[in-house]
Amino acid sequence: MRPIGLLIELKNGQVKETNFGMATAVYAAGREIVALVVDAAVDTAKSSLEAHGVTRIIKVETGSNGWNPSRQAEAVVAAMETFAIDSLIGLTSPAGRELLPRIAAKLDAPLIMDCIAIDPEAHRVRTSQYSGKTIATITLNGNHFIYGLRPNAVPAVDHPVIAEIIGFEWAATPDDGYRVIDTRTDESSGQYLAEAEIIISGGRGMKSAERFSLLFDCARHLGAAVGASRVAVDNGWAPYAMQVGQTGVKVNPKVYIAVGISGSVQHFAGMKTAKTIIAINTDENAPIMANCDYYVVGDLFEILPELEKVLAKAVS
Amino acid sequence: MNIYVCVKHVPDSAAKITIEGPNAINEKITFLINPYDEHAITEAARIKALKADTQVVAVCLGKAAAENSLRSAMAMGADRGILIETDKPADSILTARALAAAISADGEAWIIFTGKESIDSEGMQTQFRLAANLGWPVATNVVKLDVEEDAVTVECEREAGTIDVIRMATPGVLAAGKGLNTPNYPTFPDIVKSRKKPVEKISLAELDIEAPAAGMRIDSLEPALETRNPKRLSGSAVEIADRIVDILKNEAKVM
Repeated sequence: MRPIGLLIELKNGQVKETNFGMATAVYAAGREIVALVVDAAVDTAKSSLEAHGVTRIIKVETGSNGWNPSRQAEAVVAAMETFAIDSLIGLTSPAGRELLPRIAAKLDAPLIMDCIAIDPEAHRVRTSQYSGKTIATITLNGNHFIYGLRPNAVPAVDHPVIAEIIGFEWAATPDDGYRVIDTRTDESSGQYLAEAEIIISGGRGMKSAERFSLLFDCARHLGAAVGASRVAVDNGWAPYAMQVGQTGVKVNPKVYIAVGISGSVQHFAGMKTAKTIIAINTDENAPIMANCDYYVVGDLFEILPELEKVLAKAVS
Repeated sequence: MNIYVCVKHVPDSAAKITIEGPNAINEKITFLINPYDEHAITEAARIKALKADTQVVAVCLGKAAAENSLRSAMAMGADRGILIETDKPADSILTARALAAAISADGEAWIIFTGKESIDSEGMQTQFRLAANLGWPVATNVVKLDVEEDAVTVECEREAGTIDVIRMATPGVLAAGKGLNTPNYPTFPDIVKSRKKPVEKISLAELDIEAPAAGMRIDSLEPALETRNPKRLSGSAVEIADRIVDILKNEAKVM
């Protein structure tokens, strides 16, 4: 049986937590699980990958320093050929959205992004469509199979094994007409929403950009990411990058706290898969109150400062 | 040289989706041009003025009714449209081949725009396949564009707070993100004028593209279930705050 490849993402030298669910998602297939780590040191990643059933770690080197999805995708395709990997799983993350479709396009292979379940034997997946209103079961057909797993969709389970590290150097094609000349990062924007475990989002009820600081104050104690509804973004209270919903980021956290958000169909399209939804709103009849796990009918400007105090005490 | 804009005819995000048969939806609902494609059309109309003798051509693969989304694209600034007609569902592998073939047959492209994803199937990949079929570079989630003679410099939003600045040769494929511009919402005269603009209709079969060896097939669709049972938290602000922290700690176990 051909091995299954996992496209691993690291942050500060460590494998991001959301990656381990990929190994768990395919473990039952009983095939060898191979991790592909592109242009990064693998020493610190080894033990955490071994703990989740990865028996080979391929250190793919493209010879370029820094992010270039076009080159990295070429290198992954070459590594898949060398190591006879026919199925590749990555995350539907910012990097995954750039890399997985490039890999699939180069191989002319089927790809489904944002899978909530993957059966690598039947090449069958489940994914949401139509703004999360339907779940589709889709069969992939071809010689290679590429899957983008939704972060946090499959909880990671330990399967300790021993892994070996193999180097793979890839010689870049001279010029593919695509160059990343700069990457600008605004550190203040905090944790990336799509992979966050806890999100606290503000909507129309926040009333101003300044008052979003109430959300950031709570989020800091929780290690949570801060999101916003479309109304808040359109009013200029929060940048578009923070928008959760149909035309914003689709999130899948363990807890989603919606503050002053009425809960339009389009907002739900981005957060309805959250495990626990807590809503705070003055309007008892807001749609979100009927479609959450816990709701508070009350003034967020009274509740948020108290919540901040209790959180500060709880984590100290 | 032309600017091509690929658009998709999709159900309104607010429409109620009901499932009909094993793997299709009831299509007697409002369909609109895919929202990201509106940003693509708007940008194409903006840069058209920068190059002489440039037309903006909207291209769509879909059923006959998809002509409506081409009319929307023309009301927003496209000069003409091409409808690749098919009644059968087409996955992104087939769609990208058909778009590449129709564009290559029509004229010489400077830039092909798409939206960064469609809001119905949410595949996030047609732009990459289109570029691969043509052997061109591609950038996705473009939020800023500067054009030059044989190249473009684009800013792509990779994630919240992270912008990649890409230098790309043309011809190339650019997939529009929401931050790119404010769409040119058409006025009534724009809509009237768009009715007179030409739409060329070709059937998918006429394009005579090689049938792909690989594909993606929807076996079944089911409604996403809403199973939440909302419980009210009440009391003073302090009591509510305590209860929320208790839920975070002991039920959700995220603290």
